Amino acid sequence: MPQQPDEYSLLNALMSLIYLLLGVIIIALGYLTMGDMIDWQTAQKRYTHEELQALTEDRKALREQSRSEEWDRIENGIHVNTGLKAGKHLDIVISSCTSCHSAKLITQNRASRAGWKQMIDWMQETQGLQDLGRSEGKILDYLAAHYAPTHVGRRQNLDVDAIKWYVLELEGDE
Amino acid sequence: MSKRRKFLKQSALYTTATIMGARVVFAENLPKGMKYIGLSEDIPGKHPDMIVLNDRPINMETPAHLLNDALTPNDRFFVRNNGLPPSKVDPATWQLEISGESAKQTKNYSLEDLKTKFEQVSYQITLECGGNGRKEYNPPAKGNQWGTGAVGCAKWTGVRLRDVLQDVGVKSNAVYIGYYGADIHLSGDPNKDPISRGVPISKAMEAESMIAWAMNDEDIPLLNGYPLRLVFGGYPASCSGKWLEKIVIRDKVHDGQKMTGSSYRVPCHPVAPGAKVPDENMCIIEEMPVKSLITYPMTGATIKLSQRLPIQGHAWTSADQIKRVEYSIDFGSSWKACQISSATNRFAWQQFKAEIIFPERGYYEVWARATDSDGRTQPMILPGWNPKGYLNNACHRIAIKVS
Repeated sequence: MPQQPDEYSLLNALMSLIYLLLGVIIIALGYLTMGDMIDWQTAQKRYTHEELQALTEDRKALREQSRSEEWDRIENGIHVNTGLKAGKHLDIVISSCTSCHSAKLITQNRASRAGWKQMIDWMQETQGLQDLGRSEGKILDYLAAHYAPTHVGRRQNLDVDAIKWYVLELEGDE
Repeated sequence: MSKRRKFLKQSALYTTATIMGARVVFAENLPKGMKYIGLSEDIPGKHPDMIVLNDRPINMETPAHLLNDALTPNDRFFVRNNGLPPSKVDPATWQLEISGESAKQTKNYSLEDLKTKFEQVSYQITLECGGNGRKEYNPPAKGNQWGTGAVGCAKWTGVRLRDVLQDVGVKSNAVYIGYYGADIHLSGDPNKDPISRGVPISKAMEAESMIAWAMNDEDIPLLNGYPLRLVFGGYPASCSGKWLEKIVIRDKVHDGQKMTGSSYRVPCHPVAPGAKVPDENMCIIEEMPVKSLITYPMTGATIKLSQRLPIQGHAWTSADQIKRVEYSIDFGSSWKACQISSATNRFAWQQFKAEIIFPERGYYEVWARATDSDGRTQPMILPGWNPKGYLNNACHRIAIKVS
């Protein structure tokens, strides 16, 4: 029968495969139990202090670069990481505001420059925000430009700030 | 008066020569009775505190507190021009042509003809721009951002339009009248009309529909249509053609400039704010809604708690008359009645007044709302949004502080 020799050679091949697998398993077990020693023996290379320092700095720079590329990414006018609108002084706003609170506290609010100033004053008076120095004006410029009140609703408030208050002189009853 | 304006006025005293030396638009055309106010930023014949929204063409509105007179003085009457007023007006040679497919003949009248051939009438008629109050709409509508002051009421003298139309002869198929004025298109192209609107024939035939040559017993100011204009109460003021040279009696709705497209039209059916409305779904505005204005005191008054605050104003409607005006000092929670005067005629605005006692110190808003004989009342918030921002009759508000 022509099948006979084929069946034997198949059996032989299977046996070889089993021995091979057995060998691999033994080597792997050996590596797992003694790997550390082998590794230490083969990979150990003596670095000078200068070489180590240079290596560390290279890696640090690489890490920061990749992180900042991602960090500064702007899509459709929005800073992806914070959700803030791209614009002048965005970097100052991110560094001054978002280290303490979510950028959402900005993006969900709308106020005039004076209104944003009041919020900064409140944070300074009650929330431990430090003096912002020369950054304050820049932060307010950014907020007033990008998060100004929008005219919503069916009727706006009277523009009380624009009203010129005057004393009405009335005759008679006083 | 603003500090800036005061400064300009004072410096103007020292620089009269410069101002007089500057080119003053229309100065050489000033008709009799119009005074030139010696400031380059002022518009000839108009009060210096008028708010100029546009200077080409001239569009200016009146601050509410300058509208306190029962009849609006000529120098305080708002201006809504679409083109440039005619540069030369000679009343002696002025001609009015009446023609059109539904006119039985074409006929011309001089001012003298009009004054001698027909009964002269005077009516107090309120004119209000269809876009008055546009400023408040949201989403905003393009165009002149009128606040509250594109309205005034004057005593107009002239003849009834129907008398003149009947003198010419009106065919039974007449549908509309359209006007043409002598104003010049902004491009300067003499073949283009800046505006040519009109009214349905039934409106033209009403007793108060006029061809007028006098405003408060004076010549009509050049900016308001000297020497001759139409006056239709209760309709958008754009129907009341100025510098009137020609009236056409049409057998269909007049299709002149700013009659078609979306001009002076609102959605035929109410739409959501910001909706896009195709032209074929925009309908011509006819009647103007009920409205009122507080003209005294000027917003921003501070008074003492011991004082009563008198308020005054006007209310107007396209219906027969104003039935009621009320005020509120608690943001519309409660309303008290004002005293109202009766109108001298239909479309004259009516005066209201009241004396307000405030319960405690603080910030108040005085709101006024009118109700007309058709039972229509002004809304406290904005009425239905429309793409061009017409017909805002939300109640007027002034701010008061009681100390």
